[in-house]
This record gives sequence, C-alpha cells and structure tokens, in this order.
Amino acid sequence: MSILVDKNTRLICQGITGKAGAFHAEQCRDYGTKLVGGVTPGRGGGTTLGVPVFDTCTEAVKATGANATMIFVPPPGAADAILEAADAGITLVVAITEGIPVLDMARAVAYLKAHHPHVRLIGPNCPGVITPGQCKIGIMPGYIHTPGRVGVVSRSGTLTYEAVWQLTNLGIGQSTCVGIGGDPVNGTSFVDVLTMFEADPETEAVLMMGEIGGNAEELAAQLKSSGKFTKPLAAFIAGQTAPSGKRMGHAGAIVSGGSGKASDKIDALEGAGIRVAKSPADMGVTLKAALAG
Amino acid sequence: MKVHEYQAKELLASAGVAAPAGVVITRPEEAAAAYEKLGGGLVVVKAQVHAGGRGKGVAVGPEVDRATALAIASGKLPRPAGMAKGVQLVESAEAAVAAAQSMLGKTLVTYQTGEAGQTIAKVLITVGHNIVRELYLGLAIDRATQSPVLMASTEGGVEIETVAATAPEKIHRETIDVGVGLASFQARKVCKALGLSGDTAKKGEVFLKNFVKLFIEKDCSLAEINPLIVTEAGDVMALDCKINFDDNALFKHPDVAALLDPAEEDPNELRAGKSGLSYVSLDGDIACLVNGAGLAMSTMDLIKYHGGEPANFLDVGGGATKDQVLEGFRILLSSTTVKAVLVNIFGGIMKCDVIAAAILAAYDEIDFRVPLVVRLEGTNVEAGKKLLADSGRKIITADGLTDAAKKVVAAAKG
Repeated sequence: MSILVDKNTRLICQGITGKAGAFHAEQCRDYGTKLVGGVTPGRGGGTTLGVPVFDTCTEAVKATGANATMIFVPPPGAADAILEAADAGITLVVAITEGIPVLDMARAVAYLKAHHPHVRLIGPNCPGVITPGQCKIGIMPGYIHTPGRVGVVSRSGTLTYEAVWQLTNLGIGQSTCVGIGGDPVNGTSFVDVLTMFEADPETEAVLMMGEIGGNAEELAAQLKSSGKFTKPLAAFIAGQTAPSGKRMGHAGAIVSGGSGKASDKIDALEGAGIRVAKSPADMGVTLKAALAG
Repeated sequence: MKVHEYQAKELLASAGVAAPAGVVITRPEEAAAAYEKLGGGLVVVKAQVHAGGRGKGVAVGPEVDRATALAIASGKLPRPAGMAKGVQLVESAEAAVAAAQSMLGKTLVTYQTGEAGQTIAKVLITVGHNIVRELYLGLAIDRATQSPVLMASTEGGVEIETVAATAPEKIHRETIDVGVGLASFQARKVCKALGLSGDTAKKGEVFLKNFVKLFIEKDCSLAEINPLIVTEAGDVMALDCKINFDDNALFKHPDVAALLDPAEEDPNELRAGKSGLSYVSLDGDIACLVNGAGLAMSTMDLIKYHGGEPANFLDVGGGATKDQVLEGFRILLSSTTVKAVLVNIFGGIMKCDVIAAAILAAYDEIDFRVPLVVRLEGTNVEAGKKLLADSGRKIITADGLTDAAKKVVAAAKG
C-alpha cells in the first residue's frame, strides 16, 4: 500500500516532446515508473523514449490503459491540458507546470468539481508524487528517497527534498511523498493528503512542510484536533522571517481568514499537539521524536 | 503587477465602471489647463505612487528628515503647518498649480512606503464630488472557495483591516463563479447590504457587475475601491481604486503589461525578474542565494534562528545555471550592507559538481568582497565540494544546514 501511486500506475506525459517533459519522463521511466505513452497535439503517430505519442489524451488512454498523467504543458495551455486528461478518464492528474494564471486554475478546479469529482489533481506548480521504489511522477530526484512508512506532504519543492533527505539519512523510509504545490488555487490540500495517509495502513506517521499565506496549515491542525487524523505528525513552517509583504490593498489579508503569518500557523499546529521543527535542519529529527511519542 | 490609480480608473471607465473624470499631469503648470478642462469648482490633486496612505502622507524635499516625515505620516508626530499632503482639495486654477508644485518631484512618505518614500512623477487632477456616503468594495482570490470573492462594507474610507478585525460582520461577501461572473441576484444582495435603494441601487448593480467582469477579463489578483462613494446626485463612483494583476496572466493582456511603471519598482527586483530569479530585499546583512522558494524562505529562517539577519530572499529556481548564479551574485553584492553571502543549493536533478563549477565561474567574474559560504547537497555532492575546496578561492564550504548557518553568521560578524 501507499497513496495515489504504486507499481501498477500507468503513466502518460502531456508535453512529452518538450525539453522538460522529455527529460523528466525519461527520469521517471528510469526510476521504474510504468511510462506507457505521451501526448502532444499535432505530434501523434510517432514514438519517443520508446513509447507512442498521441494527439489527444482520449486516444492515449484507449491505446495504453493509462490511469495517470504528468503535465509539462506550458502555462497558456496547462489548465486546458488538466481538463483534457480528466475528460479522457484519467483519475490522477499531476500538474508540474509553474506559472498558470490563477483564474485559469479557478475555472479548471470548478470544472473538475462539477464534471469529474473523482479525478484527483495534484498541483499545479509542484514537484509531483513518489512512492519510493515503485513509482515516481514528477521532477524530484529519485535517489534521495527510500521505501518505508512515513508519509511526506509539502507546499514546496526543494524544501521537500531537504526533508526527505534528512529522513533517509536517519534511516526513516517514506511511504509516499506528495508535493501539493504553492499556488493559491490548486487541486489537493493538506487535509486531503492527511486523510489519505490516515486511511493507508502502511503509513505510520506524517511529516508536513507548510509555508506562509492562506490557512491550509490551520485546517490541517483542526483535522488533527478533531480526531480525524490520529497518526504521529510533525511539521515545519517556512517563512518565519518573511516580511508581511509589500501589498497595495488589504483585500488579500482579509480573505485569508487569519493573518497567513508563520507564527499563527505554528501556534495552531502546536495547539493541536503537533511537533513543529524550529529549524529546517531539524525536520527529520522532529518526525523521529514524534514517532517515538 | 501594480498600476497607478489613474491607470486603474481608466480601466474602470473603459469597462463601464463609473469613476470621476480626471487628467494626469507631469509638470505643475499643466494643472491650470487641467483645472479648466474639468470645469472648475472643487477639484482633487492626488500624487500617483504605488502606495496607500497618501492623504495622510507628506510630500517632502531632501531638506526634511525622512524618519520625522514617516512619524508625521503615521500620525505619531503633529503635522507642521504648510507641510504638503499627497492628496489636496483645491477650488481655483492657481491653487491647483500650487498643489501640483508641492508634490511633483518631491518624495511622498506614507505609512506604507517607509522612510525611503516614493518620488512623485505624476499627479492626477480629478473632479471633486459632494459625497453623501463612503463605502468599501474589494475583490480578491479566496483560497478556501478557490474563487474570487467580492467584499462589500458600509465602512468605507477607513482602513478595511480595522473593520475586519473589529467588526467582521460588517463585511458582506459574495463568492464569484468565474464562468458566471457576478449574477444579478448577487448584485442586488450586495446593493441591499450597502444600503443602496431606488435608482442608486440600479446604478450600483451595473457598477458591481462591470467591476467583477473587469476583474475576471483582465486576470486581476486584487482590486479595491475604497471609498466607493454615493454622491448628492445619487450616483455611485470609484473615488479611489487599486488594482493588482496576476503576473502569470500578463501574456494574455499586452495592454495591461504596457501599464508597468518601472520607476515604481525596486530596480533589483526588476533586474532579477529578467533573469528568471525571484528577489525580495530585506534589512539584514547576510545575503542568501537558494534554489526553490520554500528552501529560500527556510534558509532565511535558519539564518535568523542562528542569530543572523537575512538581507534578502533570492530564489534562483530549480536549475541554478551559471548565468543565474552570476546575476544573483551581482544583485546581492550591489547592496553595501551585505557582510557575508550564503549559497544553499539542494541539487536534485541538477548535479552538485555542475553547480560548483557555476559558482566558481561566477565568483571569478565579480569582485567578491565579502566571505562566501557554500552548502551543497544532493547528486555528486562530494565532487562538488572538492571542486570548491581545491579551487584556491576564499570559499567556505559547509556540511549541512546548521553548519552553514553557523559559519555564515560568524563570517558576517567578522
């Protein structure tokens, strides 16, 4: 077990003929992921990396039985690529693309909720998902991971690698690592991932990396204190020293419900009995302490 | 991306959202003609800078101590007679010229600009109206509903943050479906909440629907009308307006991108953006260059945790090429207050020896006058560290985050 992806996941890559798409699709395949095809409109009929390229997701799914996609489509077409994948019957959509307009994502997320409520979108602007030793969908370096029983979830990319590397060096393996991305409108929240980890018998504990802005961390703290997440949980919040921002108006601060400040997030997490690492160097040992009880 | 008030109002007007007529000038003598063009009577002269608090702000020359100016603009010191504000009401062409004279070329200091203030290059001269009521409207992206949200309040003209903190029930919210826009029934609800009735409510509904339409069509990230006024004649108008645009959507809107005023931007932030770097200047003396936004913020936290003060946030992206590292170093070293630099790179796909070579090449191209601490982790880390150690340059290598932080804090203290 694990969450989201495993050795049976069948992956296509949308944007496989682009530079980044080709490079990372190859890295995923070399890690052991079952890469079964790619999609680039207008390039159907060819092959790349030893797999067929299709014009549309629908053709790709029909021919390969793909159930997951990794999106590297450039920002102007990326939200559309998410919808195309969902429409083709793909149930796990991992959007790596950075820089998608926020309102494009608002439209895409509303469309998924209305027409494809069972599709799981991870990202955008995220490193992806990996179940160590089984399946890597995304841009994370595979070798830093080791199979095990700790779930990892984060809004950031390289900070996640840092945390995973600390765990691996402590001899603590990972069940699944999920980068949910740092954009204001995305497909999957901390609460979503924690709920999946709670239901996964092979995940014993979770390490969560949050950051300033929004209130996703506060909602995760509520999940813990309401008893809906029962496993050991450790956290780190990035941006404790970040300035309050050079914003022009005040509307954003009101909408966030709270201040979005790191100190408020840490208070909420600690108030729910979650251990919070004081230094980013201590993310691994804080999880270890949480595991020890 | 931010725009000036006059630019925001031009966009409002073109979208059918009522705003007072105005003329933008750059030289004081133009104020007389502008006054006449607007039909005389009561006219408002407003400094155009990207900062709030202009009405309480002070327009000062080099002779005024900036800390004092900030204290006055923040209401902590009394305002001396004759010290110019950033918003002035006038009733003659001569007074309009004098008001423009007191602002143009001066520095406007407000509670939002800090001591540095911002140079006033343009002023907006706009028709004054007899105001019956001052209301508030804001549009922003709500992460919880993953949609834009329209906020309306009868408490206009004051700082809305205060209202949100003390009387949140006075802020009415409507979640916007991006595909639908503001539905007519929602517009009626908002007008009701704002206490508008009769013809004024009808005008308000059109105003609101067009305001939301503009927000969606132009990919705004934040829009605020404060105050929204009701005039004696029963009209509703945007007396002041701030709009921010989603930088990631500017490719769709060349007309909006063209509104950028480089003079209002931090030159280092603009320069960083051109190289695909993300940079924010801070007050400390330890500069840092990091790959990835989360790790960059964490590195600032780490410096602070070990007793240092970060001088900036600088994210060179996932790759960290030689050109990016070089440009990053140039930006960091352009600050005279920097006493040490920390490079923190987690080389994932990018190999550490390649990054080390980039750091060395960049190091050699500039006069590196302060200590440089480098912490590398990831693929080929030993080869990367060896390259740095054997290079003969004065580069301090670190093992792990804590070691890096301790070394750079010690280096900055000399």
